[in-house]
Amino acid sequence: MKQFLAFIFVIVVGGMIILSLHNNTLFTEFGNNNPSDHYSDSYIDRDVTENNDDVIFGESENLESGPANIVTAIVADYRSFDTLGEITVLFISSLGVALLLGGKKKERMDLHYTPNFMLRIGSRALFGIILMTGVFMAVHGHLTPGGGFPGGTMIASSLLLLYLANDTFRTKVKRFKLLESFAGMAYVAIGLAGLLIGGYFLENFLPTGTIGTVFSAGIIPIIYVLIGLKVGSEITGIIDNFLTEEAL
Amino acid sequence: MLQYAAIILFMIGLYGLLTQRHIIKIIIALNILEIGLNIFIITVGYYEGGIAPIFTSVNATNNLAFVDPLPQALVLTAIVIGVGTTALGLALARKIYAEYGTLNLDEMGEN
Amino acid sequence: MLNIIEIVLSVLLIGLAFIALNTQSLIKSVMLLSGISMLAVVAFVLLKAPDVAVTEAVIGSGLVTSLFVFTLLSFRKTGDVQ
Repeated sequence: MKQFLAFIFVIVVGGMIILSLHNNTLFTEFGNNNPSDHYSDSYIDRDVTENNDDVIFGESENLESGPANIVTAIVADYRSFDTLGEITVLFISSLGVALLLGGKKKERMDLHYTPNFMLRIGSRALFGIILMTGVFMAVHGHLTPGGGFPGGTMIASSLLLLYLANDTFRTKVKRFKLLESFAGMAYVAIGLAGLLIGGYFLENFLPTGTIGTVFSAGIIPIIYVLIGLKVGSEITGIIDNFLTEEAL
Repeated sequence: MLQYAAIILFMIGLYGLLTQRHIIKIIIALNILEIGLNIFIITVGYYEGGIAPIFTSVNATNNLAFVDPLPQALVLTAIVIGVGTTALGLALARKIYAEYGTLNLDEMGEN
Repeated sequence: MLNIIEIVLSVLLIGLAFIALNTQSLIKSVMLLSGISMLAVVAFVLLKAPDVAVTEAVIGSGLVTSLFVFTLLSFRKTGDVQ
């Protein structure tokens, strides 16, 4: 009976979504959403006022927002305050995991297998490669797909590999906590510097340079590297908490 | 087509969330719901024949037909929030198991 | 061509989600969730969202699966789960 009621409820909700997709003017049909019809065009033209100067890769200088990756321009520049709140949410969830699973007498969980020779040597070789890929993604977030969030998670994944390859390995969690606090405080400090110099919180006060070069986009690469460090250390803390348990 | 698949994925996740009695299964249903919603939000911004919203040396000017970048930015942050909620839910499940000795919601109130 | 890929992808997504919620074994369910994440990556690439695809590939298929597996391992330590 309960399952039948749940089935009816789900069908009604899904039917309402599908019906409202076809009978309104807010959502366009699938595949017909042209950004030049609405506000998203401003993010592509890099101009919230309506004068349309052309943006040309490798030539345009001193635009309103510098990155060649338009998604990065939205995440780290136009909606940077939003991103600050979002990494705060991740910080609070990492804090909650540490409160629930942390404690005094904690030991590393025994995974019940002995790592063989190939795994031990191969993990050491792969660790550097994965770590470098993560750092590359965080540093080049304004030019290529990627950015601080996948880059930071990749840094945490390289440490997860070390955890899996060695049964007694533990990171120095305190130093990661220190790095996390430093990254968060530096983000807020950059925002306050923008408030002092430019008049708005998180205002881009450095010159944005030529679009498409590595040293461009002002404070955005700095912010994305800080986000990468913060996300990486938070997720490393979560992994460490999940792989410990109370001493028997 | 992908849009309807995303809505059906959302419906399957919601049904699982309402009917499952095992805590790990409930968290899995929540994850399926989240993936369906993410795909749906991305399909809202899709443009037939559009190109990925990145300026490169090939797609060099702003007069080309880019897809809408705003839903992608929203989903990018939503995925990372999803990891936080999943980790918190799994930590809660471990504490519940240590307290009650079971993960089934029906067996929990009996002892 | 794109239409065929889309239809195959949609059927696989829905089918895997259905099996993941109806199977009895927990570890099978977790692995199927990882498979759904991989298919979602393909969907994001088809919809021209490379940033989201990279993030989902790293987080959804790698990290979340490992968190689930560690949780299941911790249960099996102290007792048996169905």
